[in-house]
Amino acid sequence: MSAEPTVDTSPKVSDEIRRTTCYMCACRCGIDVHIKNGHIRHIEGNRDHPVNRGVLCAKGSAGVMQHLSPARLKAPLKRVGPRGSGAFEEISWGEAMALATEWLAEVRHRDPKRLAFFAGRDQSQSLTSFWAQNYGTPNYAAHGGFCSVNMAAAGIYTMGGAFWEFGQPDWERAKLFMIFGVAEDHDSNPIKMGLGRLKARGAKVIGVNPVRTGYNAIADEWIGITPGTDGLFILALVHELLRAGRVDLDYLIRYTNAPFLVIDDPDTADHGLFARDDDGKPLVRDRVTGAVAAFDAPGVKPALKGEAPGPDGRTVLPAFELMARKYLDGAYAPDMVAERCGVPAATIRRIAAELARTAFEEEIVIEQPWTDWKGERHQRMVGRPVAFHAMRGISAHSNGFQTCRTLHLLQILLGSVEVPGGFRFKPPYPKPFTAHPKPHAGSEPDQPLPGPHLGYPHGPEDLLICEDGSPWRIDKAYSWEAPLAAHGLMHMVISNAHARDPYGIDVLFMYMANMAWNSSMNTGGVIDMLTARDETGAYRIPKIIYADSYSSEMVAFADLVLPDTTYLERHDCISLLDRPICEADAAADSIRWPVVEPERPGHAGVRCFQSVLIDLGGRLGLQGFVDADGRPLYADYADYMVAHERRPGVGPLAGWRGAGEVHGRGAPNPHQLDRYIENGGFWLSEIPEEARFFKPWNKAYQDWAVSMGFFDAAQPFVFNLYLEPLRRFQLAAEGRAEPQPPDHLRQRVREAFDPLPTWYPPFGDEGAEAGGYTLHAITQRPAAMYHSWGSQNAWLRQIHGRNPLYVSGDVWREHGFEEGDWAYLSSPHGRIKVPVALMEALNPKTVWTWNAIGKREGAWALSPRAPESRQGFLLNHLIHELLPPRGDGLRWSNSDPVTGQAAWYDLRVRIEKAPPGEEIAEPHVPAQQSPVGRGPDMVKYGEGWS
Amino acid sequence: MTSLPPPSDKKLGLVIDLDTCVGCHACVVSCKSWNSSGYGAPLADLDAYGEAPVGSFLNRIHTFEAKQEGRPAQIVHFPKSCLHCEDAPCVTVCPTGASYKRQADGIVLVNEDWCIGCGLCAWACPYGAREMDQAAGVMKKCTLCVDRIYNDNLPEVDREPACVRTCPAGARHFGDLGDPDSAVSHLVAERGGIDLMPEQGTRPVNKYLPPRPKQEIGEAEPVDLVALAEPEAKGFLGWLDRALEKL
Repeated sequence: MSAEPTVDTSPKVSDEIRRTTCYMCACRCGIDVHIKNGHIRHIEGNRDHPVNRGVLCAKGSAGVMQHLSPARLKAPLKRVGPRGSGAFEEISWGEAMALATEWLAEVRHRDPKRLAFFAGRDQSQSLTSFWAQNYGTPNYAAHGGFCSVNMAAAGIYTMGGAFWEFGQPDWERAKLFMIFGVAEDHDSNPIKMGLGRLKARGAKVIGVNPVRTGYNAIADEWIGITPGTDGLFILALVHELLRAGRVDLDYLIRYTNAPFLVIDDPDTADHGLFARDDDGKPLVRDRVTGAVAAFDAPGVKPALKGEAPGPDGRTVLPAFELMARKYLDGAYAPDMVAERCGVPAATIRRIAAELARTAFEEEIVIEQPWTDWKGERHQRMVGRPVAFHAMRGISAHSNGFQTCRTLHLLQILLGSVEVPGGFRFKPPYPKPFTAHPKPHAGSEPDQPLPGPHLGYPHGPEDLLICEDGSPWRIDKAYSWEAPLAAHGLMHMVISNAHARDPYGIDVLFMYMANMAWNSSMNTGGVIDMLTARDETGAYRIPKIIYADSYSSEMVAFADLVLPDTTYLERHDCISLLDRPICEADAAADSIRWPVVEPERPGHAGVRCFQSVLIDLGGRLGLQGFVDADGRPLYADYADYMVAHERRPGVGPLAGWRGAGEVHGRGAPNPHQLDRYIENGGFWLSEIPEEARFFKPWNKAYQDWAVSMGFFDAAQPFVFNLYLEPLRRFQLAAEGRAEPQPPDHLRQRVREAFDPLPTWYPPFGDEGAEAGGYTLHAITQRPAAMYHSWGSQNAWLRQIHGRNPLYVSGDVWREHGFEEGDWAYLSSPHGRIKVPVALMEALNPKTVWTWNAIGKREGAWALSPRAPESRQGFLLNHLIHELLPPRGDGLRWSNSDPVTGQAAWYDLRVRIEKAPPGEEIAEPHVPAQQSPVGRGPDMVKYGEGWS
Repeated sequence: MTSLPPPSDKKLGLVIDLDTCVGCHACVVSCKSWNSSGYGAPLADLDAYGEAPVGSFLNRIHTFEAKQEGRPAQIVHFPKSCLHCEDAPCVTVCPTGASYKRQADGIVLVNEDWCIGCGLCAWACPYGAREMDQAAGVMKKCTLCVDRIYNDNLPEVDREPACVRTCPAGARHFGDLGDPDSAVSHLVAERGGIDLMPEQGTRPVNKYLPPRPKQEIGEAEPVDLVALAEPEAKGFLGWLDRALEKL
C-alpha cells in the first residue's frame, strides 16, 4: 500500500494551564485545566498536588461535562407554581437579594431560631457556620449527620482524629492493611494510589464489606460480613489478642488512659469516673510502690491491673482491668460471634494472628530520635506496620459510634496509631475533644449566638436543652436523642419542622443538599412535608430558599432559588479552619479560582454562593460582616478569603501571609491569592522530620503546631480507650447526675453510652426476622459518580445510567429470578419495584444497589424517558427517618443514639419476584418542570475549535 | 485490502495489571476527554441526555464475576482498548487503507480521511475494540495517544497515554514491549503477563497481568494464638504481671 499518512504527533495542547481544585466529589484533588482557543481542552491531575499527585478519577476527568451541563441554573428563580412543580420565573439578582434579605431580616428581628440554615456538601463550613453564628440562629449544620458523624465523633473523642480528613494509613510502610465498610468514594484517589503502592510492595490487603466491588475486589482477602456486625467482629479480634497477650503494653501505658484508676463505688455519683487529684488530674497506681500519683507524674510506673483503695479509701482499679474483664468474656469468642457476623470463627482467629504477627514480629524502625511531652528522649521511632481505614459502612448504623470506637480500640491495642506503618494523623489533627469548643445555642433577636454551634460535650451539662427539657435545636442535636451530635442532624430538619417538634420554623435556607431526593431518608415523605399546608392553606414550612448550581430535585421545592456557579467559575478555600487537604507529613490548604468566567448569556447569571452569603451578611448588618459603621467588610468571597482573620494572624488561608514570607500565622496579604495561583492552587509546608510520628506526644510536633497557629498552646493528651464523658451520660441516665434524660430514653442511654467500646444489635434488627424482613439492604457509591451530580454528565451517565438491585446467588435461586426480572422490595416502611441482577460476590443475606442513580423525571435537564427516572431507583423510599411506631406515641428517630447519625444501613427488607409488567421503577414520582429546559440531543465536544 | 508492515522492533503498548485495577473508570473518562477534543473527529455522544445515551469510547471497563469452588466469588475489572496487534485483522480487512499499523512503533491507527465507515474492521477485531462514531461516520479506536507520546509541547513526564497518566491505582503501564529490557517487558516477565485470547492468532502487543492468587479462606491456616504468647498459667492477668516486668 501507499506510504503511511503523516500524523501530527506534536499538536499544540493548550494555550494556558490553569491550576485549581476539583469539586467533582469531596476529595479536593488538584487539577490542571488546559485552556485552548477559549475552551476547556482537557482536565488532568496536578502532579505537584499533595492529594492526587497527578492522577485523576473518572469524575474529575469528566469535569468539563459538569461545567457545561445543560442542568446549570442561569438566573435566580422565584416560584410561580405549586411547590415541587418546578414552575418558576427568572428574576434579577437585585430582586432575589432584596427578597432574601427581607425574609431573613424579619425572622432575625423576631426569633432567629425560626431560620434553619443547613449547608450540605459544601466545603466552606468555616464561613457558613460563622455566618449562622452571627445571624443568631442555633439551627445550623452541614451534612455530617447523614454522612459519617459517627466516624468523626468516635475518632475525635477516642484519639483526637479519625480517618480521611483527620488521618491516613502509612501507605509507604504498612505491611497489612485492613479496610471496613469502604466503598469507592471519600478519599478515593488517595486510597486507590495507596492500594497500588501497597500491592507493589507486596503488602496484604484485607477488605471487610458485605459487597465485593472496587477496593474489595482487589483485596487479597475479602470478609463478606453481615451489615451491622463489624463491631462484634472487631471485638472478637480484640478478645483473641487479649487472650493471647498480643497487645502493646508499653504503648498503652505511655499513650492511653488504660492505666487510669476508675472509681468502683456503686450507687454513688462518681462510680465509673476517674479518681483524680486535687488539680483534677486522673490518677494511676505505681506498680512498684503501690502509691497513687497523677498520670503524668515523672517516674511513675503505672499498673494496669489490681483493685485497691484509692486516696479517699474507696476501691479503684485501672481502666485496663475493666477492659480485660469485658473483652475476655466468652460472649466475644470467635465461635460465639461467627454466625451472627457471617465470618467463620477460624477466619477470625487467623486474622487476629496475622494482625499480631505483623504488628509485633515485623515491627519497623525509623532511626529518628525524638522527644516526648514529658521530656524523655527516644533514640528511634518504632512502628507496628498494621494500618486500618474505615468509612460509612461501619458508621451509618445505629451502633455506628460504638463500632467506630471498637476499631480505634483495636488500632490502639496493637500500638499502631501515630507510629511508622500504622495510622497517621494529618494536621491540624490530632486535636483532643477537650480542645474543641462545646456546642452553643440561643435565639436573641438581632443578636449573634454566644459561641459556635457545633462542638464536643463533656457531659450532660453541655447539652443544648431548654429548662423544660425540650431541645434548643430544630434537629434535636445535643438533646437526649442525640447527645454527641457533633455535626448536627440535617436529615431531621424537614421532618421536625413539618411536625413542629420541637417548634416550627419560618425560613428553611439550604445549600447544596438534595433533601427532596437522595439526601433524605423517606424521600416520598419528605416531598409531602415540603408541600404540606396548614389549616390556613399556607405551607407548613413557610419559606424555602435554596442555593444550588444545577436543576436538582430540591430546586423544585424552593420558593427562591439562588443560582451558584460551577466549580470552575468560583473562588473557594479548602481551609485549615475547616477540613483541609493536609497530609501526614505536611500541612496544606488550597483554593479554587475562576479558571473560566461564569457566562449565562441572556440571563441574569449566577453568583458564587459564598459571595452571596457574605453580601447577605452585609445587608443584614451581621457582626463579622460589617464594620462599626455598618458598611460591608468584604466585597466577595475572594476578599473574605484573604482579609478575614478568625484570630489575630490566623485566616482562612495559611500560605504566604504578611508580605508573603510567613506561613500559618501572619498579617493578611492582599496578594495571597496570586501566590496560590502561581503555586498551582495550593500551599504546603512540610512537618519537620522529628515531628512526623507520635504527634500527640511529640514535643517537636506540638511546638510546630503552635507555631503554625493550629493551637495557641501545646496540648499533648492520651487516647481515651475508656471514654469518661460517656460514663457521665450513663450516670445521668442512672439518676445520679443532672440533667437527667426523659424516662423513655434512660435505658437506651445506659446501654449505648458504655464508656468502653461495645457492640449492640442495630435498632433496625428489632422485629425484622419476625416480620419476614430477613435481608439487609445497603447502597454503595460508585467510583464514577458522586451523589446526584453525575447524572447530568453526558459521559458519566453512560457508565451509571441505571442501577439494578444486586442479590446474592442464594436469594436469586430461592426466588427463581432470571435475567431481566423485576422485584418488589419491602421494608417495614414501604415497597419499591426494582430491576434485579445476580451477584455472587456478596454477603448472602444482603441486597444492594448504587447510591443516587435514580432521578426524578424532569430533573437535571434529562429527557422524561431517561433511564435514571424509569429504571433507576432510590432505596431511600424504604428508609424512614423514624423507627416504626412502638405504640408509645413517641417519634423515635432512626439513628445512632449517641450522635444521631442517620442509620441508613440498618435497613431490613424482604424481596419477591414481580409479575411481568411495565418496566418502570416504583414509586414513580410525577415529573417536575425543568426551569432550564432539556439537554441537547448530541454532544460533540471539541467540534469546531479543537 | 490493506497489508501490514514488516514487524517493527519498537512495539509500543500497554500493560494492564488486573490485580490492581479497581474498575474506577478513570482511564475510560480521561481517554474520552483527551481524545474527544484531540485526534480526529470528536467522540460524539448521541441522545446524550436522553433515553439511550450512546457515545464513542476508545477504552471501556468490563466487569466479570468468577465463582470459585471453596473460595468466595471474585470480581475482576477488565479494561479493554485496542491491543495494537502484530497480526491485526482490522488492518488487513480494511478496503481503503484507512486502517493501518505504523511501521515505526506498531501503533494501529485509522486515517479518518480515508475511512468510509464500512465497519469491516470492527467486525474483524476479535476484541470488539473499535467503535464507529455515529456522528462522524468514521471508525474510532485507541491511538495510544499518538498525539501525546511524542508531543514536544508536553513535558517529557507527560508523554504517555492519558489513561496511564490518570490511573489512580497505577494499574496501567506504557512502554516498548519490543525491548526486552524495558520496564514494561520486565513487568510482564515477573508477573506472567498474558495475551488476550491468544488462540485468535492476532499476537496482541498489549499484555495483561493476571490477578495474584487470593488467600484461601476458612481453616487453611489454623493458628493457636495462645501458643504464640506467654504460658497462660494464671490467665490474662497473670501474663500481664510478667509482661510488665519486662517493660
